[in-house]
This record gives sequence, structure tokens and C-alpha cells, in this order.
Amino acid sequence: MAEMDTSSKGGGKKGPGVKKGKKLSTRVDLTPMVDLGFLLITFFIFTTTMSQPTAMRLFLPKDTEKPEEQNKAKESGALTIMLSKNDVVYYYEGILAPDASNFKTTNFKEIRDIILNKKKNTKAEDFVVVIKPNAESSYKNVVDMLDEMTINEVKRYALVDISPVEDQLIRVTEGGSPAPAAAPATK
Amino acid sequence: MPKVKLPRKSTTIDMTAMCDVAFLLLAFFILTTKFKPSETLTVVTPNSVASKVAPQDDVAMVTIDKDGKVFLSFSEDAPKKEVIEALNTNRTLGLTDAEMTNFTKGPFIGVPISQLKSLLQQPAETWPQLKYTGIPVTDTLNNELVDWMRAVKTAFQGIRMNLLVKGDNASRYPSFKGVIDAFKKNDELKFQMVTNPEGVPAGTELYNTNLRRGAGQTPAEE
Repeated sequence: MAEMDTSSKGGGKKGPGVKKGKKLSTRVDLTPMVDLGFLLITFFIFTTTMSQPTAMRLFLPKDTEKPEEQNKAKESGALTIMLSKNDVVYYYEGILAPDASNFKTTNFKEIRDIILNKKKNTKAEDFVVVIKPNAESSYKNVVDMLDEMTINEVKRYALVDISPVEDQLIRVTEGGSPAPAAAPATK
Repeated sequence: MPKVKLPRKSTTIDMTAMCDVAFLLLAFFILTTKFKPSETLTVVTPNSVASKVAPQDDVAMVTIDKDGKVFLSFSEDAPKKEVIEALNTNRTLGLTDAEMTNFTKGPFIGVPISQLKSLLQQPAETWPQLKYTGIPVTDTLNNELVDWMRAVKTAFQGIRMNLLVKGDNASRYPSFKGVIDAFKKNDELKFQMVTNPEGVPAGTELYNTNLRRGAGQTPAEE
């Protein structure tokens, strides 16, 4: 039927379409190619610069048995935070009361206010936060809590083992069967 | 009104030059992407506001995956040969030279020391496909990472070692504690944890300090 006319009759060219055989236009529009090129460039830019993981520094205190070398922290200035499973956070201020009346529960969102509150009410050299993760807390919880220390500019904090009393208290609070404290007693 | 007939100019631009530049830039970026060694250890690290970049040289890295398995790996320039030689001497494993060379080629170690010899007998390329139980750290009496760290410390004498811990979000605290204990026993008290960068929440103390520091630097011209 109809034949495809491939001759460029005035395709961008001025002048009358002179029949000079089949003169094909050799002009290729390169704009889409450049678009693709820049797209690939932006892709590589983003994948190279963003692949640098950052590192969080952590300094551990030396394990000493001698009591005089251990950091003396005033009891009233201490805030103890315990981490457990499912992102639950327990805390108490000062020393744990025998009837556990100051043992409170919270979550990660509210802990910042609690820390700031305590920080405001305590003298700078007395304020210390003791972080005690239990066996069911996750690494993410620990790192998040250490992050909170940096965010709230807590100068003194320590990462220590949870004591059997506190572990028992958490277990009771979580409502699980009060199993005999099977926590491995670390020296 | 000027009585000039605006001459009709052709608006087609020759894109060849632009295309050349685009491909040059692309080639540059392709060549400068450092391909991370294909890790079989998929670890989702937590976020933190820490702003220092994780070091890439002279690195000894302890990885904790989501099941709490512990692996040990090194950066390319680390003295791996010395590490395995030191461990060989300390624990009298009886490793041959070929096995020790195989160690230096391997990407990471995730087996108890008892299985180390059999692991080193297999070619390093097959290691990523094998199943691992990880280095045992949770048993306080037999924390094998202590021995590894002692060997690492001996090997890195004189070099400023960067000790990194890369833990998965879901790993539990006991594995992390085992790793920290191994560090403490070897007197390695400074280490860094690999995290993803995260913006400082607005309105917090750190945020304000950063603002002040940023504003204070411009006039002080540090």
C-alpha cells in the first residue's frame, strides 16, 4: 500500500526538498543520552559518598577490685537505667529502695526527659548515669542508650552488669514466672 | 519600536561536548567507587549521632550478627600473618605455613579454635559459603575472643590499631558483653562501634552545642 518515505524532505533543512536520491538525515538528537548519563552520575555520587559508616567511640573504665580506685559517685546523683527486651527501660534514682518503691518503668522516648530532669537537679560533678542491660536487651538498645548520653551531654556514664536483685525485679515486673535467679553470677 | 525583523536562528545545540563531559564524570565515579568485599555477614547496624567516620586502615573488626554469632575480620593492610602466628604459638595449634597463608587470604573467622585447623585447610574462596557457629564468647570460662585479641594485640604492636565492633540491631546483650569482656581482659579499653549516621534531634543539648560551635568557629577562624 503506502510506502514509507524515508527521505528527509526539509527535515530541518531549509530550501525546497530537492529530490537527490535518498538523503537520510544523520542528525541524532543526543539529549536523551545526556540525560541518562547524568542520571547514572547522580546514582554513583550517591552510592559512593553515602557508604561511609560512622563510628561511635566508647571508652571502658578499667576493671579494678580495689574500692578506693573505683569512681566515687554520690548516691543521690546517680541515675540507674536498666534495659530489657522489647525496648522497655527501667530506672531508679539513687539507691534501690528495699521495697523497690523507686523502681520505675518507661520507654526510650521518655527517657530523654528523665535524664534531662535529673541532670538539671543535680550538680555536674555528682551526676552519673549507670546503664545496666539485662540478658534480653538488644544491641540496638545499648547503642541507643549510649547515644542518649551523647545527645544529652552526660559526661559520666558507665556500662555495667545488672545485679541479681535488679534482674529479679525486672522479671517480676514483666510478669513472667518468678524463676529462681538463674542469672550467671559474674565475678 | 525597532523595525528589525528578528532573524530566525537555529536553536539546535550540538550536544556532543556535553555528552563527552557526562561520560567522563561517569567514568570517574565508576572508578572511584570502592567495591565493598562481598560480605556474607549481613549486619544491620543501629543509628547514632556520632559524627566521626569509621576508620578504614589498620582495622581489627569484631562483627556480631543477629543471632549473636561473633566473627573477626581485618582490613587489608592489617598484619594478619602475625596474628595467626601469635595464636599458633599461644595455643600450640600446630598450623602449617600453608594454612597460615590461607588465613591471611580469608575474609573473616567465625569458628571455635578447635575447628580452626580444618577451616584453614579449605581454600579461602569457599569460606563465605560455609556455615558458621561463630567464635564462642558467652561462656565466661572459655571466651575464645580473649585468645584472639591477645594474638591481635601482639601482632599490632607498634601500630595504632583501630578496634571496631559492628553489631546487629537484633543481637542480644550477652554476646556484646562477651566481646567487651574479651577487650577488657586484654586491656583494650578504647574501641569504636560502627553505626549509621543520624541527625542530631533538634532542641537537644548536643544540637545546641553544635550550633554554638558552628557559629563560634566562623569568627574565630579555626
